Amino acid sequence: MARNRVAIVGAGMTKFVRRAQETAKELAWEAASKALESCEMTLADIDAVVIGSAPEAFDGVHMKSEYLSDGCGGWGKPIIRGFVGGGTGVFSAIQGWYHIASGLFDTVLVVCEEKMSSCQPHPQGAFITIFDNITERALGPNLLWIFALEMNAYMTRYGLSKRDIALVAVKNKRNAADHPAALLGDPNITVEDVLNSEVLAWPVQRLDVSPISDGAVAIVMAAEHVARRVTNKPVWVEGVGWNLDTAYWTNRDLSYPTYVEEAARMAYKMAGITEPRKQIHIAEPYDPFDYKELHHLEGLLLFDKGKASEATALGITQRDGDLPVCPSGGLLGVGNPISAAALMKVAELFWQLREEAGARQVPGQPKRGVAQAWGDLMQVGTVIVLGV
Amino acid sequence: MLREVAIVGAGWSGFRSISPDLSYKEMMYEAAVRAYEDAGIDPRRDVDSFVTVAEDFMEGTSIFDEYTPDQLGGALRPNHTITGDGIHGLAAAVMQILTGQFDLVVVEAHSKASNVLTFPHILAYAMDPVYNRPLAFHPYAIAGMEMRRYLAETATPLEACARVVVKNRANALFNPLAAHGANISVEAVLGSDMVAEPLTRLQCADHADGAIVLVVADGATARALTDRPIWIRGIGWANDTHTLESRPWGEASYAYLAAQMAYRTAGIKSPRAEIDFAEIDDTFAYKELQHLEALGFCRPGEAGLWTLEGGTEINGEFPVNPSGGSLGMGHLLDGSGLARVLEVIFQLRGEAGRHQVKDAEVGMAFAWRGVPTTSGAAVILSN
Amino acid sequence: MKEHVYDCTYLSEEDFETEQVLFETWVPQARYAWDAGIAIGRYLAELKAGRLVGVHCPSCGRILVPPRMFCQDCFVSTDGFVPLQDTGTVITFSICHIRWDMVRLEHPLIPAVIAIDGASPGMGILHLLGEVDPKAVRIGMRVQAVWKPPEEREGAITDIRYFKPLE
Repeated sequence: MARNRVAIVGAGMTKFVRRAQETAKELAWEAASKALESCEMTLADIDAVVIGSAPEAFDGVHMKSEYLSDGCGGWGKPIIRGFVGGGTGVFSAIQGWYHIASGLFDTVLVVCEEKMSSCQPHPQGAFITIFDNITERALGPNLLWIFALEMNAYMTRYGLSKRDIALVAVKNKRNAADHPAALLGDPNITVEDVLNSEVLAWPVQRLDVSPISDGAVAIVMAAEHVARRVTNKPVWVEGVGWNLDTAYWTNRDLSYPTYVEEAARMAYKMAGITEPRKQIHIAEPYDPFDYKELHHLEGLLLFDKGKASEATALGITQRDGDLPVCPSGGLLGVGNPISAAALMKVAELFWQLREEAGARQVPGQPKRGVAQAWGDLMQVGTVIVLGV
Repeated sequence: MLREVAIVGAGWSGFRSISPDLSYKEMMYEAAVRAYEDAGIDPRRDVDSFVTVAEDFMEGTSIFDEYTPDQLGGALRPNHTITGDGIHGLAAAVMQILTGQFDLVVVEAHSKASNVLTFPHILAYAMDPVYNRPLAFHPYAIAGMEMRRYLAETATPLEACARVVVKNRANALFNPLAAHGANISVEAVLGSDMVAEPLTRLQCADHADGAIVLVVADGATARALTDRPIWIRGIGWANDTHTLESRPWGEASYAYLAAQMAYRTAGIKSPRAEIDFAEIDDTFAYKELQHLEALGFCRPGEAGLWTLEGGTEINGEFPVNPSGGSLGMGHLLDGSGLARVLEVIFQLRGEAGRHQVKDAEVGMAFAWRGVPTTSGAAVILSN
Repeated sequence: MKEHVYDCTYLSEEDFETEQVLFETWVPQARYAWDAGIAIGRYLAELKAGRLVGVHCPSCGRILVPPRMFCQDCFVSTDGFVPLQDTGTVITFSICHIRWDMVRLEHPLIPAVIAIDGASPGMGILHLLGEVDPKAVRIGMRVQAVWKPPEEREGAITDIRYFKPLE
């Protein structure tokens, strides 16, 4: 175990919306101020700031953490922005952990912001620049390609149907109907709606995909002696893990996320978890596309390879099931302002473990949860285990 | 700090104005192979975590961290990128080791500045998109404004800025890694093309391509690997406000704040007495002077005179940028901070050759992220 | 937790298009000339000559494509270029109805990862399929490169127009 225990003591967020009038700085401030307010702290109580934000191309700002710095409360403070693509949101919380566990800081404000609507005519256009500059970009690739290629490999390997996978989109969009910040909650959506939605890049259809959004999320993290003073319900960081696989993604077996497994094993080892299926009560795996939730549940060792869809069909992953998965509504339902969406998962565990999640509260007094994000060229896993 | 931390290996590739023979991956690989050989480690077996430093728009690739693991031996291992200077990356590595969960962490930073064809446009892209960018001025004008304010507040003569260039480019002549060594005169510096008054062309560091890889370890691991670890005594970093409208223009407050944190973590009370030399950001010549003052090595207004008296020469009382700095070695974008650290390592190991500082025992490296930022990071090293 | 959610200001498409709110527009001028380096430089030169090449790792013995100066698994320098065939097997594919900027395509593109014959198992490259009915594409399908004529090749991955089913 690390020498210093670290807790999350506050969380706040903006609504996730298609297009916000706020600038990126203003969104960051809104989330940061809500997080500080939630634990009755002010900026003067904060020692350091961690900023998370995904590709610069969306906001259209170079050196985005410098631009965001004052909106994130970093004026006159140590600021670091870490970056692992879509994995950034959960990773920012991991960075908050290592700032405090290092003993250098007692309190850290973690702010993740994304304003994707700035990128015109469509934010997807920015994604062409994630592909290899010489061997791939000339082919005119888009982000949906890699998801579709991976989804097809996964479906083919395990003999899954589109219907099996659509159940995830239905569950999460229904869950999101209870989230006050959600963009796409829908209590009445059906599997047929998903299967009949527009085909974008087969096997990926419109409702298999999370919506691009603007939004920000912030959490306050503290060392044990501060956490116990600030709140009587600190949520402890029990384990962290992250892992990045090779950039040569066309050389990899796309049907299984080994990097997520490696990240999960790292986090579980630190948390002393030997039987994740028994010891973890809630999961918030990354679900930018519906099949990804299944893929990641398997990578997190919560279900056997190829078996997560069966569990979904049996209702095990419903909010009142044996292992509630994405009770928040996930990216599919709440929205996907990239880094903010993944930190939203950490915030959701914070609220769930404190039993403050309101209509979304999972029953049975959950004691431990795992949040996970994923990104890059189907390449990175970031995992955090929280407990009370 | 909770745990001893040391640098046990260093490698580099470059530094040259252009590098058409190597891709960025190959450049990083070359630096990594050197660093691992220096440390005597196998990255596939020994390294717990990898930290890289990059900004998407300087690479021309979004989510650039995708392309970092392979050439460092980090595939399918914990890797993350810091969008900051190399010293911010080093700070991330130090924090990981201090947690007690990691014993050996690799840090990498690089520049392929020669591949960026529209550099001023990219820099302008870092300015506030609503307030500042529509004014469409070259971002170096921010340096011109700051320099004028600094000179006015401190009554520093222009000649002092020119002497920084003369000194650093002359130092670079003795440094085989430097790209821009030269013997030039104060008159030539002041008479070169005007960029943004009073800043002239030769007072701005030219870019270079290159990569630097460092291997960082906890105390026990360091002692097991080498009999000459370079100890990280303290580290600090800070931002001032980013807005042009409300920043303090004369002083480098980010440097002051970063240094205060570094001194606090190192337990240093009197930097001038306890530190023997410094490698500090000189992206623009006046910055070396302004930073010297903000870091507390002299009082405001003294750095220029000190420089004119020769106090910051290699053989002076307090050598500053014996490597040649960014003016002499070439500016490595966010790799610049690790270039400063690399020189401090060479000096503390006594491996600096013709630009060796006498009796070097404690050194500081300080980085600034350039215009339009107010972001700085400092590290104090000892042998 | 409702009280912890900031109700930010939502704009509709109409607010934006009718300029009910003010905004600044900016077209980035971001241009680059990337050094291809040793491994990819040779890959491009071979493409121009109408050939695919991989590299050999002296440690694990695998033949890797696209070429690289090092084997990322063994962390040793690769020791030479190896000619490959221009045929291969579809590892996975998609039928994509939208362009990279989300404009709908009249004729879908079929991106695929293709394991190249002559390289080690699983060594795929990203490319497109052509001269095939999208409905007929299958994982495991055998395909062959369709090259541009020599005078049109420029040393780029697009010197191969696409891969088509092997008879």
